[in-house]
This record gives sequence, structure tokens and C-alpha cells, in this order.
Amino acid sequence: MSALSGTVDTARARPADALAAWTRRNAWDLGLVGFLVGLLVFTKLIQPSYGVPGVQGLAISVLPLALAAVAQAIVVLSGGIDLSLGSMMALVNVVAATQMQGQSEEFGVAVVLGALLLGLALGAVNGSLIVLTRVPDIVVTLAMSFVWAGFALLVLPTPGGGSAKWLPELVTGSLGNEWIPKAAVVLIIVIALIWIPVRRSWLGLSLYAIGSNRLAAFRSGVSVGRTRILAYTLMGLFAALGGLSLTASTGIGIPVPGPYTLLSVAAVVLGGVSLAGGRGSVFGPILAVIILQLIRTDMTFLDVDTNLATVLQGLILIGLELIGSLVQIRASRA
Amino acid sequence: MTLITTDLLLEATGISKTYGAVVALRSASLAVRPGEVHALMGANGAGKSTLLKILTGAVRPDEGTITVRGRQRTVHSPAEARRGGIVSVYQEPALIPDLDIRSNLRLTETPVEPFRHWLGELGMEDLDLSSMARRVPLASLRIIDLARALAIEPDVLMLDEITAALPANLTERVLEVVGRQRGGDRSVIFISHRMIEIAAVCDRATVLREGKTVGVVDVTQGSEERIVELMLGQIVEDMAAIAERTAGSPKASGSTPRLTARGLSSGTKLHDVSFDIQPGEVLGVVALEGQGQDELFDILAGSERPAGGELLVDGSPVSFRHPADAIRAGLVYVAADRAEALLMQRSVRENIALPLTTRIRHWGLIDLAAEGHTVQAAVARLQIDARAGGEVRRLSGGDQQKVTIARWVAGGVHTMLCFDPTRGIDIRTKQQIYLLLRDLAEAGAAVLLYTSELKEVQLVCDRAIVIFGGRVVAEIGVADADEPALLRAAYNLRVDAPMPEDVAGEAVAGVVAAAQESTNAGAERGLPVSDG
Repeated sequence: MSALSGTVDTARARPADALAAWTRRNAWDLGLVGFLVGLLVFTKLIQPSYGVPGVQGLAISVLPLALAAVAQAIVVLSGGIDLSLGSMMALVNVVAATQMQGQSEEFGVAVVLGALLLGLALGAVNGSLIVLTRVPDIVVTLAMSFVWAGFALLVLPTPGGGSAKWLPELVTGSLGNEWIPKAAVVLIIVIALIWIPVRRSWLGLSLYAIGSNRLAAFRSGVSVGRTRILAYTLMGLFAALGGLSLTASTGIGIPVPGPYTLLSVAAVVLGGVSLAGGRGSVFGPILAVIILQLIRTDMTFLDVDTNLATVLQGLILIGLELIGSLVQIRASRA
Repeated sequence: MTLITTDLLLEATGISKTYGAVVALRSASLAVRPGEVHALMGANGAGKSTLLKILTGAVRPDEGTITVRGRQRTVHSPAEARRGGIVSVYQEPALIPDLDIRSNLRLTETPVEPFRHWLGELGMEDLDLSSMARRVPLASLRIIDLARALAIEPDVLMLDEITAALPANLTERVLEVVGRQRGGDRSVIFISHRMIEIAAVCDRATVLREGKTVGVVDVTQGSEERIVELMLGQIVEDMAAIAERTAGSPKASGSTPRLTARGLSSGTKLHDVSFDIQPGEVLGVVALEGQGQDELFDILAGSERPAGGELLVDGSPVSFRHPADAIRAGLVYVAADRAEALLMQRSVRENIALPLTTRIRHWGLIDLAAEGHTVQAAVARLQIDARAGGEVRRLSGGDQQKVTIARWVAGGVHTMLCFDPTRGIDIRTKQQIYLLLRDLAEAGAAVLLYTSELKEVQLVCDRAIVIFGGRVVAEIGVADADEPALLRAAYNLRVDAPMPEDVAGEAVAGVVAAAQESTNAGAERGLPVSDG
């Protein structure tokens, strides 16, 4: 019977089938891209002057959020969640700002490297506590959000500190073409250098595996505890990058956590990552962050009251999620 | 379409359903008379489960009509189907694990007294209703699920592989109760892969193949051949060919055993279990439910550590802290429950590659091209229909089970631990799995095979050990490993001791006799004999 001769994924399939399969697999991300393009057109319509400065501003404001979303996506993919992300970013932000204040440019490089190591350590602490104490991740990270926020205030009680000059320059302005903001380039480089190699290694596969089915992963020889700790450690690294991007964009340290924790969860959900773990990628959440930020900008252009804008943002989030789910259900039934 | 003779209890006609590119059903039909036990048969992916889901309202058909007692019905949900008198017992017990049995009953508005009555009929009168569902063994949960369904006295009761993984004694009670449903005005739709059960309790069988109803057969003596023929669409090589290969394979002896267990023990479940497996050997493990076989396999697979005893692989002692250690030592585990083994939302490729990449851990990038070839080879070897391979949960049950085996075959097999690998899968896939196990053995691997289907033992195993109460109580060569002998040993009876009346062969034979009587009675009543 011909039905029994098997093929896997795209192997031996015709290119058109491969393209169709790819489209089906990435339907959610493609939908987000489509929505984003539509939103950009809409923005241009309501604000004809929207151009290079607008895109630049968007890129800079999106950078910390995008890094936070990637960080959250990594733990959510592995079947966890981290509610201390915002506090972690604040802590890295103030540590970097206090250490760099009044120091040489070269010393700034050392501080940035140190801050990244700090992020790795903070993430590893979160992960180890969860794995060793067996307390649910949501409880541990909620508690740790107070701990990290407290440390941030101990390091720097009021906003202050400074930054090496090269750090803000790294993310402001454009590279080559004025339409290519440096912040976007930095984001792409970071993803390409850190996430893509991880995704392609055994760690990436194990990470998806424990998010998908812990027992099956365990039986397949994956060390579940170690992989969970590594997922949180990796999250810590991206949180540190997010914290540094805050230092870069503000030039100072702010000890109070921003709205990044909850926004990152929102972006992960809107980005098509299953909160149950195991399904999705980091690219969806990045697109989601850009969309959320652009909606915010459009509200300003439309002169919507700021408080009302927050309400609308929440409703739009539910609406988008609803439309996406409906489309997916229809697609799976068709 | 609505003009239907009223003597049918349930009729489904022209049912079709497609999922994307996959056609699950194309014009399937099913007609159930009142008072009959009706078998629904078909190979993997023939569409049995989909048809069942459509009848219970869990899935909506693209086309087709369903009539109950002559009235056309559109069912939107399982709850609605239930109110309409159609109740289904699925393969996976539908009990909330964190509620006790009584609360589970209340949740489904099941009257307790009839439930108690049916539990008694099924041989579980001593069940404590306040025990948590999660603490009740799987086999008992199935019985509870069945008793719950019987208690609400449905017009049509659908049983999906109810006897899979049940120990022999419970299976007989279930068959007896199902058999007694006949003759009234209620009916049972019975799905099972075990032909002997079909022969024992069913009046007629509807056979599905590739989503179509290809025939309706009156179940009489000798109708098994006809059913298998219809299911497969062609007469396949006899199962006996496999047994022949088993008998003909050269027996290794004198060499170092692939795996030796010496005095393994674990808590109260396992005591002093010793055996060894030679390269090229398939060793069967036979046991009733809960005799310590689960613990034995967990220890061998590295999921649990033994309290005492030692394990030797190729003559050298090993100890496992983690399944990864066992895998590296060459002991790989194939579970009965696919949900415990697979990443359901991930692709076939990732599922097969996962143990490959964890086996040889290195920090570099995965060589995707090489991995692709290995995966492709494993998929081809196991003949997995991976068209819907983007997500493993979209594959049929048999293909999912093949993936759990393919992932180990892909990396080369040293010792394979199979825990009831053919549970609830169709005859064609079973055959493929048996053949594969023989192939692996011939290539020098050792296979340890626990099976709840005693027939399989003589088919594929070279030798069998019998575990009772956590101890190895017998070792039986393939020549003597027929069903009655194994069953005797599994109950820890001496070979010459007479069997208890309610056990095994006689009971099944009795039910078969009863089945034939009622079939004959049906024929005498002049019911039409239809055949596709």
C-alpha cells in the first residue's frame, strides 16, 4: 500500500509542498508580519510625517522589550515562566550604571561583560531554586522579583549613575541606510549569535523537549533538571542584555522595575508561544512587541487619552489573540 | 435519506471527514440493531476513532447523517450525545485524577447504586469510593469507567479497546458483562484488536478500510479470516511466518549475555529477580497486572534505582542514575503509553532525533543533514506514514508507536526493553513490529518483551520468564509457551494443577459457545445477512 511509504517533513517532497508546509508551520508568525505591515500603513495614513525618526524611535523603544520577550519566550518554551524578569533587568541596569559612572570607556567594556555574567548568575539562581526546592516556578520567580528589586534599590536608591559614551551610540542612529536603525541591527546580531546556535544544538532540542513532555524527555535521556536550569540561565543572559539596553537608551540607572515582566508574558502569548510549553519560537514574541509598541504610538498620534490607551491596549491584545485562535481552529478543521 | 427502517437502533450513513490533506473518513456507514454487540474493525488509521468521535459528538462530520431509532440527529457535544443515550468509554479512562471516585461519579451525574451493581458484576465490589482516582491502577480505572457508563443505561454503549492492557481475569469479566447486554433493546459497539474477543461477544462486525465501510460480516466460526481479509484489503502473509522465523533463528549460547540481572529487588514489589538475555534473543516477560513488571522495566531503563541486586551489560556491572545512563549503556525503553514517550506537539523528526542527540552529547551544532538521513532511514525502515509528521499528535496510534521504536532503531539497538509495545494497535502494525523485533534480534540485539497478549509470546519470543508477586516463578521455552501454559504460570499454578473455573480458556470457550448460540438464534429469526 502506497500510504505506508513514509516521508519526513520536506524530504523528497516537491518544493511547492515544502513551501506550503513551511507556511503552515509558521502561519502565526506570518500573520503577525501581515498585521504589522498593515499597522505601519495605517500609521503612515494617520500621521503622514511618520518616517525615519519614527522608525528610529520605535526601534530604540522596542529593544529592551524585545530582549525581555525573547528571555521570557525561552523559559516559557521550556515549560516554565519567570516573573522576576523586570526586576532582574532593573538590577543589571543599575549595577551597570553605577559601575560605569565616571569611568573610562575601556572600563565600560569590562562592566558590560560583567553585567552579562551577572545576568547569567541571576538566571541560574532562579533556575536552581526552582529545580532544587521543587517549589512551583511561578512562586519562586514571584518571590525573587522582590529580592532582585530590593537589591536594585540597595545598589542605587534613586535614579542616577551614568554610562560609557559608546553604549548609547551603539543603539542610537542608523547603520548605512537611514532606514536601518542600529537598535534593530543589535537585536538581530544578538539573536543570531546566541539564540540560533542554541536552537540548533542539543540544548535547543532538549529545551523544547522538556517543555513538550517532561516524562518523555526524561525517558529519552534528557536531564530535565539541568535543562531547566540552563533555560533560566539563558533567560538571565537576555534579561541582562535587556537591562544594558535600558542603560544605553536612558544613559542612567533606574532602580524601579519597568512594566517588562507582564509585557513580556503578553508578547509571548501574542507571539504564538504556547504557555504550556514546547510550541512556538522567539521570533513571534519579537514581532508581537513591535506591534504592541506601534499600537501605543498610534494612540498618541490619534490623541487618545493615555489611560484610555492602556485600556485599549489590553482589549486589542485579547482581540488579536482571539482572531488568531479562530483562524488556527478553522485551519485545523479545513 | 431520512426514510429508514425503524428496527435499527443507530444508523450512520455517508459519513465523511477530512483533516487538511488527510482524509479520515470517506462515506463510512454503520448500522446497529437493538440488542446486538457490534464490532467496529479496521487497521490503524482506517477511521475507527474518527467515526466514534463523530457518533459521540466530539467531532463534527463534513457530510453524512446519523439517525437514532429512526430519527435524524445532529449531535454537537459528548454531553448531548450522552443525554441522547449514546455513551462511549475511551481507551484513556475519563476520570479526573485529583477527585475521588465518588466525586467523579457526581461530576457525570452517575447514580451510585447501579454503579455499585455493575462494579460487582465486573468483579470489583470491594472498591473504596473515597479513593483518589490517581491512586487507582489503570486497569481498575478502566473497569470503573465501564461501570459508570453501564450505570446510566445507555441505548448505545461504545467501547474503544476496553480490554487493552486489562489482565486476563478482568478481561473475561468484561467480556461476560458485554455478552450479557445482548438480546435486550440496547446495543454495544465494540472495538478491539483481539480477534478472539470479537468471536466471543460480537454478533456482527463492520469493517472499515481507508475511511470506507468495506463490509459487514456476521460473526460466526471462521469469520475471522474474512474480517482480516476485509481489514487489510488483501490476504497478508500469515502470522505463522513470524513464528517460523522465531523457531528457525539460530540460538546463541555460551557467549556473554547482553544483559544479566542478578537478585534485583525494589521495595515490596520486586524480590530477587534474576535472568539473562543472550545476543540475538527475544526474552518474553509474562505477568498479570501489577506483579512487579513495571518496577523491573523502570529499573532496567534507569528511571528507578533498585534496592538491591546487580545489573551486568556484556558482562560488566553497571548502575544507572538516570535514563541517560541506561541509554548510553545500550538499554533503550519502548513504552506502552505513547503519551509518556512522545513530544506530541513536535515533529516526527525531532522525536526521533531527541535521543540521538542526547546519546552523544556535544556542544556543537547538530549536523542537520546527517540527522535528516538517519531519521529518514528509520522512518523508511518502520514504514511510518509521516505525511502529517509536522506534529506527532496528528499521526495514527500505530504510527505514533512506530515513532517510539524508530527513535531507538535510528541510533542502533543493543538491548531493547519493550513494555507492551503492541497495546491497542492494529494487526498490520503488530506484524510489522514483531518482524522488526526479530530483525533486531537477528542483527545481534537482545530484546526484553513484556506483553499483555499471551499469544504474542509464542510468536516472537525465544524464551519467556513469568513473574508473580515480584518473583520469577517460571521459565518457559518457546515450544511450551502456549496460552494455557503461560496463563497457568502467570497465576503461579503448577503445570498439572487444574485451572480455577472462572479463569482462562474455559471461560472464553464458554462465552464463545454462547456467542454462537445467539448468532444462530439470530439467523433463525431470519435477520438478513449482509456482506460487503
